[in-house]
Amino acid sequence: MSITSTLLKKAFVSSEIEEVHNRITKEVGSFGYDAWGYSRDGAAVCLGVFKTLYDHYFRVEAEGLENIPKQGRVLIIANHSGQLPMDGALIGIAIATNPHGPRAPRTMIERFFPMVPFVGNLLNMGGAVIGDPINCLRMLRREECVVVFPEGVRGSGKSFKKRYKLQRFGFGFMHIAMETNTPIIPVGVVGCEETMPSLANIKPLANLLGLPYVPIAIPFPLPSKVYLNFGKPLQFEGEVEKEKQVIENVEVVKDAIRGLIDKGLAQKSGWFFS
Amino acid sequence: MPKIQTIPKTENPQETDRPTVLVTGAAGVLAQESINRLSQKYNVIAIDFRRAVQIGEDIPSYKVDFLKRGFEDIFRLHKIDTVIHLGRVGTDVGGSHFRHNANVRGTQKLFDLCVKYEVGQVMVLSSFFVYGASAYNPALLDEETPLKASDLSLNLIDTVELDNLSQIYMYKHRKVRMKILRPCNVAGPGVRNNIGRLLSRKVVPVLWGFNPVMQFIHVSDMADAIVKACAKPSIYGIFNIAPNDWVPYKEVLRRCDILGVPMVSIPDALPMWISRMAGWQAFPSYLVNYFKYPVIIDGSRFAKAFNFTPKRSLDELFIHYREMKARRWV
Repeated sequence: MSITSTLLKKAFVSSEIEEVHNRITKEVGSFGYDAWGYSRDGAAVCLGVFKTLYDHYFRVEAEGLENIPKQGRVLIIANHSGQLPMDGALIGIAIATNPHGPRAPRTMIERFFPMVPFVGNLLNMGGAVIGDPINCLRMLRREECVVVFPEGVRGSGKSFKKRYKLQRFGFGFMHIAMETNTPIIPVGVVGCEETMPSLANIKPLANLLGLPYVPIAIPFPLPSKVYLNFGKPLQFEGEVEKEKQVIENVEVVKDAIRGLIDKGLAQKSGWFFS
Repeated sequence: MPKIQTIPKTENPQETDRPTVLVTGAAGVLAQESINRLSQKYNVIAIDFRRAVQIGEDIPSYKVDFLKRGFEDIFRLHKIDTVIHLGRVGTDVGGSHFRHNANVRGTQKLFDLCVKYEVGQVMVLSSFFVYGASAYNPALLDEETPLKASDLSLNLIDTVELDNLSQIYMYKHRKVRMKILRPCNVAGPGVRNNIGRLLSRKVVPVLWGFNPVMQFIHVSDMADAIVKACAKPSIYGIFNIAPNDWVPYKEVLRRCDILGVPMVSIPDALPMWISRMAGWQAFPSYLVNYFKYPVIIDGSRFAKAFNFTPKRSLDELFIHYREMKARRWV
């Protein structure tokens, strides 16, 4: 381990975090890395940093974690919001510290992240991977727990006036779920919309910088309380015979997520503090 | 025999009932390690375009130019059962025209002779470079992944063309059982390829903010892989060769006792330009992206088909480079 890693681990990884992290069974190579750049030590540091934010800044309340299988392939499908992918990090922390059986979350991220210095590597070390269907398929075949936001940038980059309205879902996750016979856990995320309310997207600037969007918003996430509701597993079996069948199945997942969002909205009584 | 130099004591090779294997690129470390292993079970003929290599008294060795007519004399003289084509001009040698002639046209001539003289098996050493280094690459690239390296650099075009040419022959001439081997970074004692040179240095560039995971295979393990593949002529196709182990670039440098000097990394063209201007051989401009984005290949098909597991750990490989530097100080 390098000096930087040792110092970071000392600074951010408490004995409780280390204990939880050690319960995660994850196949890695002789240097503690996997093929996607996941690092056991790096993931422990990420867990240490974000668990503090999870507990004290966003004061996350997670329900239904018992629905996540303790082992074997699973797809976690959630609504996306908040400009910065805080929802991915918070879902990841909930999965990695799940009292019913912690797992290493593999969150699918936007394709531009690997091109950003430091950010791409840090995300990879924490378990995130570029949102490519091939990655998703290969990780599921290795019995991993994969987190997907089928709305993509349509969800995370939407303006505040569209909050909690599900945007168009990509269908790739459903094809993969059916092909690999993978259970889907729907998740409703409530609170992340308020972490960084966006008035609009400055499209020309985004195009110029090669970014998916540049929001008119405050430049840091606000401390909105976040509710994560994990639903019951949904299973879609059999081969895809018609695309219509896939569309119908995606609607089932969207309906489940809508229900979980409504549950979260009922739990949330104010914008930031409850 | 025109255009071919022979080593006197090897004029009378042991053409027994043992199969005969022709190995190209015999001056290279990988070829020599492979020949040492192969010579226990096969009659081996060694050839190289650089020089006739003295390997062993029983091993005929020739200096050849694939594009000269005299090259065919080797096929006339010996009944060759297997050709293992390891000889290739490096990506940093000569211009693109020279490399195309040597690597693509030369290989085509070799393949034509294999077809003409009914060689049963041909193994070609390609490289994981053919997949290209891109931020959009998924991990564990399998053998069906499209080859994108030529998008990135003119220096890698002949590497991709050689691979494509091999595939054409593989499908066109089914009687010649072709194996295309695409190993990850081959390194170890005596290896003088790009990565071997880089790991031998004490100071190398590190792209600021990038630390891709990489794969390495010890040259002795690669030789073992070649011998295992050679023993099963009925199996043909394209095979990645890589261990089931990964390590980030900066960790490699640390393990090999190399100082990584940060270098500007964005926009993409800037580090390439700096590398070109500086003329760094160990960190050439056309390979800069391979030190920026991971190119992780899936070696499971080869491992399964030939029951292959590398014997040497990554740490063992890095210890070699660390000790090499320590010896230099003494």
